[in-house]
Amino acid sequence: MATNWTIDAVREALAAKKISARELAADFYKRIEARNPELNAFLALTPERARRQADRIDALVAAGSPLPPLAGVPVAIKDVISTRGTKTTCGSKILENYTPPYDATAVERLEAAGAVILGKTNCDEFAMGSSNENSAYGPVKNPLAPDRVPGGSSGGSAAVVAAGLAVASLGTDTGGSIRQPGSFCGIPAMMGSYGRVSRYGLIAFASSLDRIGPFATQVKDVAAILRTIAGRDANDSTSTTAPVPDYLAELAKPLKRLRVGIPKDYFGEGMDADVRQKIEAGIALFKKLGCELVDIRMPHTDYAIAAYYIIATAEASSNLARYDGVRYGLRVEDDSLLAMYRKTRGKGFGPEVKRRIVLGTYVLSAGYYDAYYLKGQKVRALIAQDFRDAFTKVDAILTPTSPVPPFKLGERTSDPLQMYLADIYTVTGSLAGVPGISVPCGKIGGKLPVGLQIFGPAFGEARVLQLAHAFEQAGGAEV
Amino acid sequence: MKISREDVLRVAELAYLDLSEAELETYRAQIDEILEYIGKLNELDTAKVEPMAQVLTTDQQADATLREDLVVPCAVAEDVLAHAPDPEPPYFRVPKVIER
Repeated sequence: MATNWTIDAVREALAAKKISARELAADFYKRIEARNPELNAFLALTPERARRQADRIDALVAAGSPLPPLAGVPVAIKDVISTRGTKTTCGSKILENYTPPYDATAVERLEAAGAVILGKTNCDEFAMGSSNENSAYGPVKNPLAPDRVPGGSSGGSAAVVAAGLAVASLGTDTGGSIRQPGSFCGIPAMMGSYGRVSRYGLIAFASSLDRIGPFATQVKDVAAILRTIAGRDANDSTSTTAPVPDYLAELAKPLKRLRVGIPKDYFGEGMDADVRQKIEAGIALFKKLGCELVDIRMPHTDYAIAAYYIIATAEASSNLARYDGVRYGLRVEDDSLLAMYRKTRGKGFGPEVKRRIVLGTYVLSAGYYDAYYLKGQKVRALIAQDFRDAFTKVDAILTPTSPVPPFKLGERTSDPLQMYLADIYTVTGSLAGVPGISVPCGKIGGKLPVGLQIFGPAFGEARVLQLAHAFEQAGGAEV
Repeated sequence: MKISREDVLRVAELAYLDLSEAELETYRAQIDEILEYIGKLNELDTAKVEPMAQVLTTDQQADATLREDLVVPCAVAEDVLAHAPDPEPPYFRVPKVIER
């Protein structure tokens, strides 16, 4: 039986009755059973839900009915995305026993398109982290190098796809949490424009930044998943009515001579020499594909981390105020209501979440709001303007996804600022609201994957996917 | 020093967050270093810059219109209360806050 399933391969095998959806799901659960104890990538499995959905698909096959676009495709969902009847912990002790009474819109749309949900994936607590080491349920191991981190915060969603334990998965990206683990696990991973995918049912971290997006083993499947989950949802007022193009049809079109920008500001100090060498080889491949390389400047890049960690923590301190031991989640009893709040939150949240709540509350507090929060919002405007200016000159922007290759478990946990600084290439696009993808761009020493990031203008996902697909087809993963 | 022990205590109080002595000092030192780094934003003159309060541009916002205010069935109270730490249907029970 095939081990590297794609969406098309699943479809063909089902249609030809080489395998049933139920057998396929069972086969994936066998792989998970064998591999997950080592990787710690799944937090919960949903075999009954998967079997019910697989049976629906098998009934369609038996009846000779047309199959929906993701028929029988085994997928995994990051544990910050709500699943009705299945625990959704956000990688936190405070939600250890929380079972949502509804499905996120993205989950509902995947299932409506025929996908089979296998389970929920591990992540940094409330999606706060870049290594998956902030999960209350232990770190995920990188399937390509088990002594290394898979990246974060969607480390589980990246790892399960890279290890062949799911054909695709959903993650969330606030400052790089889809793109960076995609890079670290050697698979394509995409964040659509702000407003492209409904966040209904996504448990909020920073609402002006949070986005849901796909991981898969090939760009074509990323495009198929994004198309399925994108589009207006009445339950999320930030999702737009902008039409969703047929991304798959766009991929099939020949690549026109595009102008791609190389921002000098992303190639300064701090980038690992091996990463730089791979990214330069990747850029050379784009030239070979007929793209015109254009030097551009994005002068406020160096300020993005500072602005991001003000805005993201400020929004987090507000969003996480809801965990008070009253309506759901953990409660630590006390005779006084206020003491109950304090103890519940003190015990339920892990160190990174507490650190961010303190920082976020501080930058919003009386006397500091102007100096920090307002300043951050102004610098965010300058960073967004950098992108708008760039897209008057070029069709897309190429950068590394991360300045460093996957690092060793435990290597960076003691210094939060150093961990934050490694988000430099991804937070810019998060602040600006533009779409970005990370595509595999060679492996250092044949082992540690490097990711190349492609940014497009807001709602320019089709172009971003087309470039990523052309790069992949031309052997980008092997540069 | 950008942030003092008293600042951290005050903020933890605002956020209803119990912190141990050890946490207080660790977070103070780490946040101090982060704020020191954030200080680099002062290199930029932003006097004439409007803060970015919306991600979607005006034309995109027009897209993201509010839905119609329709009455729809919403019988979720039972489901919701089932997962509360101390439910007393149809209420959530909390420690007493008003002295009689």
